[in-house]
Amino acid sequence: MKNDEPFTDGAVETEERRGGLSRRSILLTIGGVATLAAAPEAAAQPISERPLAASTGPVRLVVNGRQHELDLDPRRSLLDVLRETLDLTGTKKGCNQGACGACTVLLNGRRIVSCLTLAAMHEGAEIKTIEGLETNGELHPLQTAFVEHDGLQCGFCTPGQIISGIGCIAEGHAGTLDEISFWMSGNICRCGAYPGIVAAVADAAKRA
Amino acid sequence: MLPFTLEKVTSVQDAIAAASSGRRFIAGGTTLIDLMREEVEQPDHLIDINMLPLSEIRIDGSDLVIGALARMADVAAHPDVQRLHPLIAESLIEGASPQLRNMASIGGNLLQRVRCPYFRMHDAPCNKRTPNSGCAAIDGLNAGHAILGTSNHCIATHPSDLAVVLVALDATMLVRGPRGERSFPVEELFRLPGDTPHLEHTLLPGELILAVRVPGGFYSRRARYLKVRDRASYEFALVSAAAALDVGDGVIRQVRLAVGGVGTRPWRLRTVEEALIGKAPDRKIFETAARLALEGARPLSGNHYKLELLPRTIVRALEMTGEAA
Repeated sequence: MKNDEPFTDGAVETEERRGGLSRRSILLTIGGVATLAAAPEAAAQPISERPLAASTGPVRLVVNGRQHELDLDPRRSLLDVLRETLDLTGTKKGCNQGACGACTVLLNGRRIVSCLTLAAMHEGAEIKTIEGLETNGELHPLQTAFVEHDGLQCGFCTPGQIISGIGCIAEGHAGTLDEISFWMSGNICRCGAYPGIVAAVADAAKRA
Repeated sequence: MLPFTLEKVTSVQDAIAAASSGRRFIAGGTTLIDLMREEVEQPDHLIDINMLPLSEIRIDGSDLVIGALARMADVAAHPDVQRLHPLIAESLIEGASPQLRNMASIGGNLLQRVRCPYFRMHDAPCNKRTPNSGCAAIDGLNAGHAILGTSNHCIATHPSDLAVVLVALDATMLVRGPRGERSFPVEELFRLPGDTPHLEHTLLPGELILAVRVPGGFYSRRARYLKVRDRASYEFALVSAAAALDVGDGVIRQVRLAVGGVGTRPWRLRTVEEALIGKAPDRKIFETAARLALEGARPLSGNHYKLELLPRTIVRALEMTGEAA
């Protein structure tokens, strides 16, 4: 059993409301890496008069070093493509509106929120997710630091925190604890594990 | 999200040719995608302009020219921006989050939509979202709303920090549309809500922002952007102030002042500026002048506190320009 249930998924709800056929049910039917073009959704009897969006044509994404060629509905966020099409469920869907940072990934080396960008806009982009951090079974130093400093409680925000922390260190914004707090403020932790998170980023920055 | 088609363009000419009613340019997408998901924005076609060569940040004579597609983070970190216009860098870093600043463009920042909660709430009336449906904020939760430039149809503040600074600095927009290029003050980009709050800016159909031009001046030393908000980062302003002072022979020779969080558009304070010219820069003078900012203010049930917070923020920002020198 894969842990692939979304925390919240507005897109799925919307499609269910429209026609009783959810994106997830389509995915489960097709299985594995699915091509999600307009065709299956056409069966969903959309209430909109608007013609269904055509696919954008093949979009190439390099995710954690692996190249994928995907046929995408232009509506799909990078987050949804990572989680639902590429089965990389380490990147989390928290608010789905850019406010919480749980979906943070590195896009061409820069930290972004993957919920507020369309996958089809990133032809040829290199994306790094939490799944791509380890090297030959060794955790990334910041992952190790999160373990050592207890930088989490429930863990839901942790992949976003760690990716964001890597960005924060790479940008040179991890000089002091205050600086780290400010430059990590795009990542919300509702458990309040902030002291451990900030300590972990500070520690990893020193070792970097 | 409603279905739409997506087109990538590689030249400004193609972008302008592709523009028409019901379509939107998309750059960073951080506002637009969110609002499309909420079905507040319902374009049927998106024109992806990210391939256009509009990301350059350059010096032109004494002016700073910022390409419309330059990202907030890149502008804030640019050495020339930090050196010549610390206000711009400061206002950008005080806005959004690091992730969003890596995504959001300067053009999009200026055109971002309001953060009034009723704008996104389909169950509530909102004249911006649905013209002539009413305004839920006037008698609703309005602690974050404007006291200046409001109308009986809309009281939402313009949310951009950068816009406040650009208005203070007399920056100009460079835009191009089907009828060619034109340039006008950033201040004139923003409309007052009046009885048409759904019309927010003065761009003509098909016009694309190419760049923002900021004239050089005395802003590199005594200039500060002060943002007062509910938390210390990643939050919109309750009140903000961009202040730049030029002091010589013990008196204020020039001053630029604009405020955010209180106006339905970025709010330049020329009467306050005039009251400061020729005076010695001290707290008493600042306090007297700052009261003039309240001219025409219309507080509502939840935002009375801004009548006190606005002048105090202005005074503090003016004082901080001294600390920066």
